[in-house]
Amino acid sequence: MGGRDSDLVLLDENGIRCDGRKVDETRNISIKAGVLKNANGSAYIEFGDNKILAGVFGPRDVHPKHMSDTDTGIIRCRYHMSPFSVTERKNPAPSRREIEIGKVIKEALRPAVMLEKFPRTAVDVYVEVLQADGGTRCAALDAASVALADAGIPMRDMVSACAAGKVADTIILDVNNEEDQAGQADMPIGYMPNLGKVTLLQLDGVLTPAEFKKCLETGIEGCKQVYEIQKQALKDKYFANGEQQ
Amino acid sequence: MGDNKRRFVIPGEVITTGPYRPEQNVILEGKKIIATKVGISEIYDDSVKVIPLTGKYIPKSEDLVIGKIISHSSLSWEADINSCYVGMLPGSDVFGRNFQPDTDEMTSKLKKGDLIAARIVNFDRSRDPLITIADRELGKIDSGELVRISPSKVPRLIGKQGTMIQAIEMATNATITIGQNGLVIVACENPDGLLKAKKAIQMIDEQAHMANLTDKVKAMLESNSV
Repeated sequence: MGGRDSDLVLLDENGIRCDGRKVDETRNISIKAGVLKNANGSAYIEFGDNKILAGVFGPRDVHPKHMSDTDTGIIRCRYHMSPFSVTERKNPAPSRREIEIGKVIKEALRPAVMLEKFPRTAVDVYVEVLQADGGTRCAALDAASVALADAGIPMRDMVSACAAGKVADTIILDVNNEEDQAGQADMPIGYMPNLGKVTLLQLDGVLTPAEFKKCLETGIEGCKQVYEIQKQALKDKYFANGEQQ
Repeated sequence: MGDNKRRFVIPGEVITTGPYRPEQNVILEGKKIIATKVGISEIYDDSVKVIPLTGKYIPKSEDLVIGKIISHSSLSWEADINSCYVGMLPGSDVFGRNFQPDTDEMTSKLKKGDLIAARIVNFDRSRDPLITIADRELGKIDSGELVRISPSKVPRLIGKQGTMIQAIEMATNATITIGQNGLVIVACENPDGLLKAKKAIQMIDEQAHMANLTDKVKAMLESNSV
């Protein structure tokens, strides 16, 4: 979205952004694990004004059967935006964009999930966006990762995601909807914080190599902050009563 | 037992570094030993493991499971063992060595819907787990009530060296068969005892993470309310 003109001041002279944040600050994030009874694992995330629900099933039988793999399990992901998640009603039928984000989330989770332990089975991840405000793919990935851990599916690491971007020629952390629309670049990053590996990297916009490097470092810093919140969400569910022997 | 340190862990968390053998639910990544599930980590003299607090049942050789017959062919039965795989019970296991698929009627021994106590004989992930009912404590279950609990809470229900389950059995006079897959059969001649034992099992399922659960269960069993 190459720098469209608008009245919106994305970054004022004091380095404060349009929603009052500093350049290296994320929005308020809160995660709750285990919110759905019927799913094997679930999580609810509020990432600024994004509200997203994730449910996980599995490992379970694969239907249709021909999709199953005799060597390993498979992971499937459906990303869906509710009709009321945006200001104009969104057609609930899966759009090109939703199919793509489902694929991207699936591929960002796959390196973390130890699917080879369950050949001929499937792990299904369902992500429902209740309210969208920019950066839903990152927020959805954060919720999906907590839901997978809640379902007890073996994972090499959690996946934490956060976007970084460029507005008014400055690198910023956690791009919101306005900054995404009017800014110069948006780069969602998925990261495995303990293994130090990147599982999702997309870039919309133009960055110089130096800016790209800075952007990546900023984004990874954000992922690490998100990880602490994911960790707390799981600890709150499982260890709240503080049994320690 | 050395310093048997216990800690709460989530997937990806580094439990320790050093020359330890990774056991259940942990992986070795370089020198780091990493948890793969939400649970409690335990470090022994030479090994590390994580006791999971959530997750489905994954069959393991030698596990005792409770299964429900869902279908059969002329050669074998299929049993739902509360897992992502179905248990295969070969006909020869029930009819003996001179099992004749063309003459022996499968439904004469086990019908759809029957409950069985079975043992996992073999599971190599490339085929469905093979189960057997040819042993003294195994076979078709004729009486008792079925209680479902989360498979990850089975160790808690058994307790250290079986203390928890013995406490329940002693207090209620019930016979309890625990399947590692989270299905439990409670049989008791006295209806009050049956209800009490069921309540105790459900209580453990709900409060598995609480400290001194054994005392709480004992207190509940000793009280007269059902």
